Amino acid sequence: VRSRAAPYAFIAPAVLLFGAFTAYPIVRSLLLSFQARSGTSYPFTGLSNYTRLLEDPEFFRSLLNTAEIALMASPTHLVLALALAVALNAGFVRLRGVLRTVLFLPAITSLVVVAVVFSILFNTGFGLINQVAGVFGISNVPWLDEPLWAKVSVALVLVWRWTGYMMVIYLAALQTIPRELYDAAAVDGAGAWNQFRHVTLPQLRPTILFTVILSLIGTSQLFDEPFVLTRGGPGNATETVAMFLYKNGFEFFDAPYASAVAYSLVLIVAVLTFLSMRVGSRGVA
Amino acid sequence: MAEATIEQTSDRQRMPLAARIGRRTSAWAPSIGVHVLLILAVVVSVFPFYWMFVGATLPSSEVFRVPPRILPGSHLAENIRGLNDTLPFIRAFLNSCVVAVAGTALGTGAAAAAGYAFAKFAFPGRELIFFVLLMSVMVPAQATIVPLFLMFSDIGWLNTYQALILPSPLLPLGIFLMRQQMKAVPDELIDAARVDGCGEFRIFLKIVLPVAWPAVAALGILMFTQRWMDFLWPLVAAQTEDMYTLPVALATLAGRRELTDYGGLLAGCLIATVPMMIVFFALQRRFVSGLTAGAVKQ
Repeated sequence: VRSRAAPYAFIAPAVLLFGAFTAYPIVRSLLLSFQARSGTSYPFTGLSNYTRLLEDPEFFRSLLNTAEIALMASPTHLVLALALAVALNAGFVRLRGVLRTVLFLPAITSLVVVAVVFSILFNTGFGLINQVAGVFGISNVPWLDEPLWAKVSVALVLVWRWTGYMMVIYLAALQTIPRELYDAAAVDGAGAWNQFRHVTLPQLRPTILFTVILSLIGTSQLFDEPFVLTRGGPGNATETVAMFLYKNGFEFFDAPYASAVAYSLVLIVAVLTFLSMRVGSRGVA
Repeated sequence: MAEATIEQTSDRQRMPLAARIGRRTSAWAPSIGVHVLLILAVVVSVFPFYWMFVGATLPSSEVFRVPPRILPGSHLAENIRGLNDTLPFIRAFLNSCVVAVAGTALGTGAAAAAGYAFAKFAFPGRELIFFVLLMSVMVPAQATIVPLFLMFSDIGWLNTYQALILPSPLLPLGIFLMRQQMKAVPDELIDAARVDGCGEFRIFLKIVLPVAWPAVAALGILMFTQRWMDFLWPLVAAQTEDMYTLPVALATLAGRRELTDYGGLLAGCLIATVPMMIVFFALQRRFVSGLTAGAVKQ
């Protein structure tokens, strides 16, 4: 005999936690974005925060910074991850398990730790990376001190942190490709490259699309790494949307404006997801 | 989840791409290329960890030495002591442990119970509640930070363990994953227990949880990792040094302009990394499947 109350008892803890600490903040954030700070109260002011956002050059700077870093980091680490997955999946590679484990290590390291370690490695005057570069005659690369280089550095740290993670996803997908497909391609005279192009890539298509979405959505929320590596600098060169949100919410204590930034982030994530789906479904048929 | 396929690859399943290259052209050229790529990747992946370890054992004056030190020194204990004098770092370590363990237990338990109900019970409101949960997965956690802060500030709970533990950003994803897994628990098992007069809660505890344990453990690892590394919310919610978690403590130290104690900073990084590594090597297979849970859809 089933108790009618049982399922409600089972979902109660989750629903309470979710309602109080996820659903309520999501709704309140939306409401806040239509309010404005006035002393200690927040009167409704319609779209004022959003019109202010559209006229705020720093907001657009942060959008552009985030996009630039994403465009540098995402393709790089996804291509690297795919290359490593295919390499690791080759029949003759020994110690596959060990290699996979080692390459996954960056993914279990806290983003803050990664950023702290790299901030020391990237030190212009004394950092190890410039010491090594010096051996090859490249001296004093301003890794964290010059706008473009600072973005490159943040992107490099992202590549280091996420390549192994994406590689594991690709490896899992590679192993679901039926071997018969390769056999058939080989019979048709396809070499290694053509097998990769005409069997591996099409078969991985859903996975690749998924990792692209994952990586773009992740990077659109980029915060920890630039916060520690560059504090958004030099100037505002590495200030991301999430950092702009934090700055307005917790340095200027402008909760309504920060909420409008938050909802523009929600919109960006939604648009990215939608676009990726569109691009992904095109050409499949 | 695909953990099984990764580990248990038989020769038949292995993609014969490279093997084919080997047979068609000269055997060694592509294999050398593949090995060079893999070795380079391993070096780049591991080196920062090794360098962090070496730096953590050196006096700060030696961290930037030219040429760099490549063997560990004997300064680790002093670095940790110095670090703890600058900021209550041992306390931050304990805070991280408390928050990660309690947050994981809370989130995983709530997700498992809810996932079970969504998978095995029909009840009014099920579809609607599940749809709301699913939609919220699309909202980035950062969108909730400002109202969360206001809310905890209103009830006077800022700078408390409740504030660090209760918000569980992975809960909706966890419920979703648990629902998928709980569907696989055989109905016969649950019905048999009911016929035997077993209470609903006992059935969940004694039958469902043990059967679904691998998936629950994988979710636990995912949640533990997220808690251990979480930065933005603790940065906002913890206001005094004695409530800092490890990432907040490290970022605060690294952000101090007058900072010169690089050995201490790296020792702090080591302390934040080693527990994760231990858990990782102890639970490796489950760990990878846990962290990529929800990411691998095959």
